[in-house]
Parts: sequence; C-alpha cells; structure tokens
Amino acid sequence: MVDIVSEGKQARFRGEHYNVSHKGLYLPNLQMQMQPRVILDSKKLDLTITRLCHQLIEQHKDFSHSAIVGVQPRGVYLADRIYKKLTSILKGKHIDYGKLDITFYRDDFRAKGPMEADETNIGFSLEGKNIILIDDVLYTGRTIRAALDAMLDYGRPADVELLVLIDRRLHRHLPIQAKYVGKVIDSITAEKVKVEWKETDGKDNVWIIEEDKD
Amino acid sequence: MSALSTKHLIGLKQLEKSDIDLIFKTADNFKEVLNRPIKKVPSLRDITIANMFFEDSTRTRISFELAEKRLSADTINFSSSGSSVKKGETLLDTVRNILAMKVDMIVMRHSSSGAPNFLAQHVPVNIINAGDGTHEHPTQGLLDGYSVLQKFGSLKGLNYLIIGDVKHSRVAGSDIPLMLKMGAKVKVCGPPTLIPKHIEELGVTYEPNLRKALEWCDVANVLRIQLERMDIKFIPSLREYSLSYGVNRALLDSLNKDITIMHPGPINRGVELNSDVADSKQSLVLQQVENGVAIRMAVLYLLAGRN
Repeated sequence: MVDIVSEGKQARFRGEHYNVSHKGLYLPNLQMQMQPRVILDSKKLDLTITRLCHQLIEQHKDFSHSAIVGVQPRGVYLADRIYKKLTSILKGKHIDYGKLDITFYRDDFRAKGPMEADETNIGFSLEGKNIILIDDVLYTGRTIRAALDAMLDYGRPADVELLVLIDRRLHRHLPIQAKYVGKVIDSITAEKVKVEWKETDGKDNVWIIEEDKD
Repeated sequence: MSALSTKHLIGLKQLEKSDIDLIFKTADNFKEVLNRPIKKVPSLRDITIANMFFEDSTRTRISFELAEKRLSADTINFSSSGSSVKKGETLLDTVRNILAMKVDMIVMRHSSSGAPNFLAQHVPVNIINAGDGTHEHPTQGLLDGYSVLQKFGSLKGLNYLIIGDVKHSRVAGSDIPLMLKMGAKVKVCGPPTLIPKHIEELGVTYEPNLRKALEWCDVANVLRIQLERMDIKFIPSLREYSLSYGVNRALLDSLNKDITIMHPGPINRGVELNSDVADSKQSLVLQQVENGVAIRMAVLYLLAGRN
C-alpha cells in the first residue's frame, strides 16, 4: 500500500505535498512544494548508498572486470562513498576507481563561458572493462553525454552503466537512462536539487530548493 | 566559474595576477590532456582561428597550431611571404578580408611593435599576440613562468636573471612584468649597449658582470643575440660577446650552486649558450617547448569562452 499521510485537507505522498479537494482528489500543493525541503537525510542517504552498493555487487560480483568512475566535481563525493562501502563489503578487494573531468567536453561552453576544470585521474586501462559511471543528479542528461565522450578518449570499455543518486526523470534533453537510481524525483524546472556532503558541507542532506533568480 | 579580465592577449604588462594564476591552473589540466593516449578535446570545435605570421617563426607557429588542433579548432595559416602583402595591401585590409570569411580569433606575429594592439582597436575578434617587434611575446613569458613554477613550486622570492640582448627582446618584455607580478626578483645582465636606459624604472636591477649575476640567480634566461634587429653595431663582434657573456659549462661549474638555464630559442650555439649547457640536465629548454603547447591551449580556451 502507498503511504499517504493525511493531515486534514493536506496530504503527503512520497515526500510530495498535496491538497485534498472536497471530491477526494489529490492536487499538488505547489506552495508547499516550493519550500526548501529535505528529501534524503543522512540516515536515508546511507541506506540508499548501501542498497546501491549491493545492487552493484549483484551485477558485478567481485569487480575483477569492472571499474567505477566518478564525474567531477560533485559525482566524485558519491563515488568516494560507494568505493569505500564496496571495499568494506568486499573485505578490502581491490577495485579500480577513477575520476573524470568533463569540462572540456561540455556543449554549453560558448553559452556559459569557460569553467574551471578539475583533475582527471584514471590510473587503469578502460579497454574492455565494465564501467560504472557515477554522478549525483541526473537532470538533462547533457553532463552524462559529455562524460561518455570524455571517457571514450581514454579507451574503449566493454560496456558503460550509469549510477545516480537522484533521477529527475521529467527533464531529460537526451535519451539517457540510469541503471542504478538512488531516488526518483518528479520536480518542476524552477526547483533545484542540491546534494550536500559531509566532506564539504558539514552534513549529508539532499534538498529540493527553489532556484536562485539571479 | 572564472574568466580572464581581458578580451585580447596583447601583453603581460596589462594582465592581472589572477589572470596569470588562472592560465597556469588551466594549463595544468591541458598538460594532463597532452599525456593521454588521445591528446585532443572538443572544446573549440566551432571556432576558426587564423594564424597570421608577418614574421618568420618555427616554434611559436607550430606550438600555436598544435594547441589549436588539440582543442579541435579549425585553423588557417597565413604568412606574409607569398601573399598580397607583397603587392602592397595594408595590414588592416588583409585582416578585414580574412575576417570576412568568418574567423573567430587571430593569432598574430608582426615585426612592428604595437601591431596587435592596433588591430585590437579596429576588429571585433580576439587577438593573441605571438610576438610584436621588440615589445612583448606574452605566451613565451607565460610558458617561461610556468616552466619555472613547475620546477620550483613557487615564483615568490625567486631570483630570476635575464642575460643578453634585453634591448631588442620581446621575451624580456613579457618575462619582466610576469616575474615581478608573481613576486620574483629580476636582474638583467649584458653589455650596456644592449640594456635599455632607465631599465630600473621597471623594478629590475642591472649587473654588467656575468659571473656576479649568475652567483645571484636561481634561474637564468639566456636571450638570443638578434642579428636581424641590429641595424647598427651594438657589440664589437660575436666572438667578443661570447667571451664576455656566453654561458658555458666551465663557468657554471665554477659557481657554488646549480642554477637552472632557460632559452627561448632558437639558440645560437657557441654564441650566447654552449652546447654543453644547452643539452645538460640544468637546461629547461625542452620543457619550455613542451609547456608551450599547454599554455597556448589554456590561453585559447579561456579567451574563446569569453563570448
């Protein structure tokens, strides 16, 4: 059964706010939905990452032919967590782990101006490997498109899978789909998903916030 | 997100320190690209760059062309020999005609100081100075600074010596402002006829004695004797210059420390620099050339993105 929490004329369903009309219809409560709200706190985030790790192990067994690649800059925080958790579950088994910067492969370079690049560090051959590409939020799909281009310049993997923490499935510009998803969110364009990590922001939290109008 | 404070790269004198830091940081990224199996990124694939060389060049031209190709830009090459310049076309007309064919950036070398600056005021595209007369050679200055930075980790407090024909040198024209902005101390050394009067006004010191100057420095940049720019005799003979200001192994071995030797090329072997120094471990010459491509990629990338 679905977990509808009724609060008089208001209701919550999967973290989203709804108004309940007199005919019992659930209409999205846009006012409430525009408020910044946490959709994953540190406890749920940890559970989600653990689940993703077990899904990966189910598919890739001991990772002898697989490697994980985090997309710079924000995808690397998630990739770090997954890498740590995987090695602890697999009892210290070596897993190939790389970081990929995609700045020079972006298609909005002319529109947005030059962006500062981060380090790319892939210390193993991608040739013939099963690659798990990791990013925090899947939105338009353009970052992943650039990441695929960037990755192919390092070799030809056997296959590439995508793992994301948050899938904003309503906003895709390109036919790109994640195989492993932490949480699906039906957000509107004016909203922004912000993933905070203990390492940089002091706390683990995934927020939906209204986009800054600057 | 960060961008350069300027639309053109005419000289390092006008550049902010933050611009130089940004170029160095971006060059680090491109150096990594140049060490990959596929040494190419698609950043500038919708940009056309004209390399206009009104004066001869080997290193700079090849280095710029490689940098453009590694960024996936389209390039056209122009050299004044064999062109309509010989028929009397003016610089501005030549450039405007090339721009009419939808070119986005111009890399130019010219024997007149100030030619890129003149162009920058008359045409709307990005201009990159690849050496103008005796004024500046900004990408050479940047790659010199970058090469020293890679070797020493920081330019702050470093003693940087420039030896030779400072008067005619656009390399010195770019190295001096760069090194001073990055916090290094700069000294020049050479025969008094080849040192500009009032050079101290730039914030550098002059030492006529080569041995004393070498004892002072951590890095010595040995400049080329530019015979083509000497319409009157500044030095009695090459042989005499070589005896007083030529850098050789015996001289370096007699110093109390190991100093690093640089040269912007092309080397007059046996005149300002001997082979036993140029090809030794102390020489940074080939690293300078290698870093040149990464630095030029960084400059092109950052300027092209500035809308």
